[in-house]
Amino acid sequence: MGKIKVVHYINQFYAGIGGEEMADHRPEAREGAMGPGLAIQAGFKDEAEIIATVICGDGYFGENLEDAKKEVLELIKQYNPDLVIAGPAFNAGRYGVAAGTVTEAVQNELGIPAVTGMYIENPGADMFKKSVYVVSTRNSAAGMRDAVSKLVPLALKVAKGEEIGSPEEEGYLERGIRKNYFTDKRGSERAVDMLVKKLAGEEFVTEFPMPNFDRVDPNPAIKDLSKATIAIVTSGGIVPHGNPDHIESSSAQKYGKYDIEGVDDLKEGEWETAHGGHDPVYANIDADRVIPVDVLREMEKEGKIGKLHRYYYSTVGNGTAVASSKKFSEEFSAEMKRDGVDAVILTST
Amino acid sequence: MVKEVERAGIPVVHMCTVVPISLTVGANRIVPAIAIPHPLGDPKLDPKEEKALRRKLVERALEALTTEVTEQTVFDVKK
Repeated sequence: MGKIKVVHYINQFYAGIGGEEMADHRPEAREGAMGPGLAIQAGFKDEAEIIATVICGDGYFGENLEDAKKEVLELIKQYNPDLVIAGPAFNAGRYGVAAGTVTEAVQNELGIPAVTGMYIENPGADMFKKSVYVVSTRNSAAGMRDAVSKLVPLALKVAKGEEIGSPEEEGYLERGIRKNYFTDKRGSERAVDMLVKKLAGEEFVTEFPMPNFDRVDPNPAIKDLSKATIAIVTSGGIVPHGNPDHIESSSAQKYGKYDIEGVDDLKEGEWETAHGGHDPVYANIDADRVIPVDVLREMEKEGKIGKLHRYYYSTVGNGTAVASSKKFSEEFSAEMKRDGVDAVILTST
Repeated sequence: MVKEVERAGIPVVHMCTVVPISLTVGANRIVPAIAIPHPLGDPKLDPKEEKALRRKLVERALEALTTEVTEQTVFDVKK
């Protein structure tokens, strides 16, 4: 077998095309390796060669999943590669979804081996870790070297059809696959060993981790809208002008609670977004595009809804840890419940 | 966040652009939105049309809140 031919998928940022203002960039292909592909290429040594890089803006991909997937696949297909690598996307949500979508489609629709990499809390990880190999990376590009050191050997093994070891050995996210193997100790003995360790307070490794399903059942519907108090919550980072609570533009450590009594319309210069994960221009010009205060106020006056709750809650959902957003939401949800909120409209950017 | 609101006993509708993410995070009532940087607006429209579009999306969200659901449900907005 000659050199393994590789196509690499990256976003507009890693391609050096631009940041959020270029997130609408349409799919394109360029010859050779670029950006993080250079590090991956170095890792491949002579075994494989990145013959092309396919690039797509994260905004375009996220907003046109089906079309973007098709276009990217077409671009990849023309190079007839032996292997496709997407990312690593670290904790960039839209990039993770794009990289996962591409990896899965390449594997299932083109029948070409593919791998990607991202941080475990990236929404793309939960979406795709069962269907494809997702190398577990750190949450920012500072972990590039580490990510590449896991991606390269796994990608080569996948491309050559070699046996893939366990998630711990290879550094990918658990896929929920059980594998039979021969062992010299029978089950009852292993179970007793585990139990003894557990009783002694020692660490033990289960052979069958329980899947973690955290689902909440839907609450009953609102019976009478005209009597209901509706509150707004957003991860789109809408704040009063000047961001008085200094909510961080990414990895937010706090949320804000803002009074909108008497506010009929969110005007430019009075309200803005603190979100650093997408182009803020549209929200800064008219924050109603993210939280619909104008429309809900109108419907309140018309008697369609009982009341727009006096406060809205806002944080920035950009690389923000799941544990943080869970904590914020627990706090303000309990508060809303106490304040008699009947229903919530939660908007995300 | 959406799950914690629901857990607190308040019905919640998630308005967002990337529906698969919303499904993954466990929202039960979902209304697909317009675009990531402007989920409830479209700068290409004139202000009046834009507000009408936003009203349509919000009305759909309120419909979702008044509809009983037993599982994750996407409430599409007719174009």
